[in-house]
Amino acid sequence: MSESSNGNEPLVEVKNVKKYFPIRKGLLQREVGAVHAVDDVTFAVREGETLGLVGESGCGKSTLGRTIVRLLEPTEGNVVFRGRDISKLGSRSLRPLRREMQMIFQDPYASLNPRKRVGSIIGTPLKIHGVDKSERRQRVQELLEKVGLSPEHYNRFPHEFSGGQRQRIGVARALALNPKLIVADEPVSALDVSIQSQMLNLLGDLQKELSLTYIFIAHDLGVVRHVSDRIAVMYLGKLVELSPAEDLYQRPIMPYTEALLSAVPIPDPDLAEQRERIVLEGDVPSPIDPPSGCRFHPRCRYMTDICKQVEPPLVDYGKGHLAACHHPLNVDQETLERVRVSKRHTPASADEGATPAKPGKERSRPIPRSG
Amino acid sequence: MAERLIEVKDLEVKFATEDGVVNAVDGVSFELQRGEVLGIVGESGSGKSVTAMTLLGLTRDKNARFGGEVLYKGRDVLQMNEDELEDVRGNEMSMIFQDPMTSLNPVYTIGAQICEAIQIHERADKGAARRRAVELLKQVGIPNAEERVGNYPHEFSGGMRQRAMIAMALACNPDVLIADEPTTALDVTIQAQIIELIDRLKDEFNSAVILITHDLGVVAEIADEIVVMYAGRIVERAMKRELFYDPQHPYTWGLLGSIPRLDRPKQERLHSIKGTPPSLIRMPPGCKFRPRCPHAFEKCTQEPSLENRVEDPKHLDRCWLSVDDKRRLRESTLLGEEEAA
Repeated sequence: MSESSNGNEPLVEVKNVKKYFPIRKGLLQREVGAVHAVDDVTFAVREGETLGLVGESGCGKSTLGRTIVRLLEPTEGNVVFRGRDISKLGSRSLRPLRREMQMIFQDPYASLNPRKRVGSIIGTPLKIHGVDKSERRQRVQELLEKVGLSPEHYNRFPHEFSGGQRQRIGVARALALNPKLIVADEPVSALDVSIQSQMLNLLGDLQKELSLTYIFIAHDLGVVRHVSDRIAVMYLGKLVELSPAEDLYQRPIMPYTEALLSAVPIPDPDLAEQRERIVLEGDVPSPIDPPSGCRFHPRCRYMTDICKQVEPPLVDYGKGHLAACHHPLNVDQETLERVRVSKRHTPASADEGATPAKPGKERSRPIPRSG
Repeated sequence: MAERLIEVKDLEVKFATEDGVVNAVDGVSFELQRGEVLGIVGESGSGKSVTAMTLLGLTRDKNARFGGEVLYKGRDVLQMNEDELEDVRGNEMSMIFQDPMTSLNPVYTIGAQICEAIQIHERADKGAARRRAVELLKQVGIPNAEERVGNYPHEFSGGMRQRAMIAMALACNPDVLIADEPTTALDVTIQAQIIELIDRLKDEFNSAVILITHDLGVVAEIADEIVVMYAGRIVERAMKRELFYDPQHPYTWGLLGSIPRLDRPKQERLHSIKGTPPSLIRMPPGCKFRPRCPHAFEKCTQEPSLENRVEDPKHLDRCWLSVDDKRRLRESTLLGEEEAA
């Protein structure tokens, strides 16, 4: 309901998607366990919007991104693209769909073939999809201009470019076939801050010009705010908070989001000194044997007994802001009594009856305001 | 007064390459006192890593030429022979690198790699070295250090590897710890842990830290003094507060303005510095930032010197604009508003 409120149809729907990677051992390669990379995640992405997908390394955000563009097949659940279930399609039936969804990768050094010229790197998708040679050259040169490079770069090799320029080549390649959806997996985290902002502006301009839909994967909430309309926070394979972007920064509900926000450095010595730093202890636990109940409980400062035993459902706090937590932040008792569980988003393993009883903290502002 | 550990005077580093001479570092000077954190900030190719590596004699090579002095407790590192350098490296000055995966040896256990440094420099026996390794891992916050000391690098997560690197760097109680982009490859949450760790250990080990980064947000937390480098030169140098609240060089404004700010309302577009840093082989004449500077004028075809132009005598910059003009012109950039092209 909340996700169709602005009238746009969902372009992609992720329905109860699970992706497990089996661990095999021994002579017979028996399955001894599984990595629960993505564990029952549901959300939709509307046409023309940008969904930021955020979490630490190992939270399953990249796996989910790859599953959406069907570089991986989901273990369970469905990925619906423009009304069509694509989760079980074979490689032949996927081929026409590949034109419509593309990916931009994190590492501008590893994702371009060093032995191919730029023209050939960007032209390959066109070639595969049957565009003839002369038209290809013209199209590639157009694309180079579009991403802020010069058409003269056509015959150069990747090593002749800086990191930021290489990432532009990656963007041009992704745009070659006029896709609808682009999954950008940490597209700026390998770049200098000064180049990061150029890249973020470019992605924003292209979105407006070509009416693209983005899924923008990042570990840094500072970067995604600028591009995202909505943000999904993942932790150890679970969706733990989903919210309109600004609302997430103003009032994070899940303590994990609070901690992520408080870790973003602020380039202002006085504000940096004033603010309370919530430093998360340790690393993300192993997704092979995830913690019981709320998966975040071993690192959470509001943790109580219920968190260890019961997996919290995704509760709808209004205006499309959902969060899974027994001790939600930035809500008062009154609101808590009104809110309802979102059955659609809640994973099967969570307890739909376990709506939070008491707020964890009525007011938390992990980001100080300047001025 | 605090003890002066490092004094770099007019350091020059040039590399002869097939394409010409690369002027990687050109006339860099700074000092470091015990207990202090110095931040060196700049983009890729600004010479910040070459400067740091030269402090440890790690840039010595057939094609490298050095100028100026690098004094460590009064002795010039540039003039030391390899044996003297070996004594300094690891023992008195040590370094943490950006990528903990490639800087750890995958075929030795974490413990063996930490012990190596201890055995070389302190002539400790195996048992003592191992006990010290466990203690160090505990200090940098590795859980179950007794068991973990026998693990291989691939069994550690990215954040733990960086902690292990720090443990290794601290093994011989160095006076100076040089951290080259120690958090760039890490998650923000882990970055926060590592920065806090470096800050705490600096006090525990009574040492000084040089922190190299491209992100001014990282140094806002722990640096005392900050040096901003561009095209092998220092373009601005000041104490932290001065630099953040009264920045004098347009390049510093650009760096500050292009950080997405969570503490401010969201902007339509981010400020960005146009273009890319110049080639270090064929540098533009005059101010090296001129081709990218929106405020450049005729005088900028001559290079300004690094000198004090504001009230605070410790605040140096390399820009011809008058202080009044700077304070007026910088506002829109600092607020992250986009520059007219």
